[in-house]
Amino acid sequence: MNIDSIQNGVVIDHITAGLGMRLYELLGLASLDVSIALIKNVGSKKMGKKDIIKIDADIELDLDVIGFVDPDATVNIIKDGVLVEKRSIDMPETLTNVIKCKNPRCITTCEQELDHIFKLTDKEDKVYRCIYCETKA
Amino acid sequence: MRSVIDILDLTVEELEELITTALDIIDNPKKYAHICEGKKLATLFFEPSTRTRLSFEAAMYELGGNVLGFSEAKSSSASKGESIADTAKVVSCYADIIAMRHPKEGAALVAANNATIPVINAGDGGHCHPTQTLADLLTIRREKGKFDGLTVGFCGDLKFGRTVHSLINALSRYNNIKIVLISPDELKLPSYVKKDVLQKNNIPYVQTTDLESAMPELDILYMTRVQQERFFNEEDYLRLKDSYILTPDKLNNAKSDLAILHPLPRVNEISVAIDKDPRACYFKQVLNGKYMRMALILKLLKEAGTI
Repeated sequence: MNIDSIQNGVVIDHITAGLGMRLYELLGLASLDVSIALIKNVGSKKMGKKDIIKIDADIELDLDVIGFVDPDATVNIIKDGVLVEKRSIDMPETLTNVIKCKNPRCITTCEQELDHIFKLTDKEDKVYRCIYCETKA
Repeated sequence: MRSVIDILDLTVEELEELITTALDIIDNPKKYAHICEGKKLATLFFEPSTRTRLSFEAAMYELGGNVLGFSEAKSSSASKGESIADTAKVVSCYADIIAMRHPKEGAALVAANNATIPVINAGDGGHCHPTQTLADLLTIRREKGKFDGLTVGFCGDLKFGRTVHSLINALSRYNNIKIVLISPDELKLPSYVKKDVLQKNNIPYVQTTDLESAMPELDILYMTRVQQERFFNEEDYLRLKDSYILTPDKLNNAKSDLAILHPLPRVNEISVAIDKDPRACYFKQVLNGKYMRMALILKLLKEAGTI
């Protein structure tokens, strides 16, 4: 399958196969009026299979979201068809208003305009917990 | 502004300081009788609680202070849809310190983040109940004279029992503690507590469904109630509610200096016949709770520069 190279934009590469759609959703890419390709299960020498997202527009992405979903992904900035920058991704210590707490007993379910905040509590196992009720993300 | 939401908000040194203050209050009540004169505690209780609310109120009165507040959500502005954040800001204008109970987990943190006075979490749903843990710790200290080296059994609802999680967290910071977890399979201690607290701190623990076989090695037996309000499904509650009932015959193999604790209220999980046994400490625990709440109110008001 061929997808054209982009001239100016962002390529999120080396996404763990299967996580591309979640990243697409959490980054809010569906609401953008630009050309975007989400390619799933691309063959990769290093990973076996991977997902890739190509965004044909010079936009700022929330790297914290990428770090939360898949800290092993890479972000490449393309200008005039040339790779000009590789952004490093790390797991963010805090995640604000990216995901919602699933616990129906959590105060975030009823307190108006309360930010949904998660903290990284176990980096090794990539565990984030709601700061209010400590439920795992 | 310093608040206490979780027992882990207090260091081991601070716990020791609170215990020392509580013991001094017990020995010298007159010394503390007017220390909070002119100060007000707001008890914001969005769900019913006789024990904890009265304990806080008694604590403040015995410090010479006054109390204002409400004891159920429908008598507060919450019934009109006011947020916890706004309630905390408003009450900060009227009182010097807040003790708050709310059915939602994390509610006390929201209050603390918005209040301009100290907030004490008096229970936020199934999440935390730090002042119950303070009561538990003072009881253990007074009964055993130490924390290090104790074998502590927790029996009953270890899944939803916030007092259990808080006490395990608190005890995890002492040396040579051993934990025995006694519960039906459906109400086992959550795996994250085992991993994040017990395993992380290298605390030896065993899980069993058999109370009597665990009994001989226990220094402390912490009984809990299977709480109906924590279940979404009544059928599950009815099936599990009578899993463990402590009766005198079950104490035959227990140590003579065992201390039996229970956060109360009790339904039927401890037979009334046990009340006469000198090993029953749950009513002493209630009194100890008041002393520790007095000590905590004093500490937070001092840190806030209010007294």
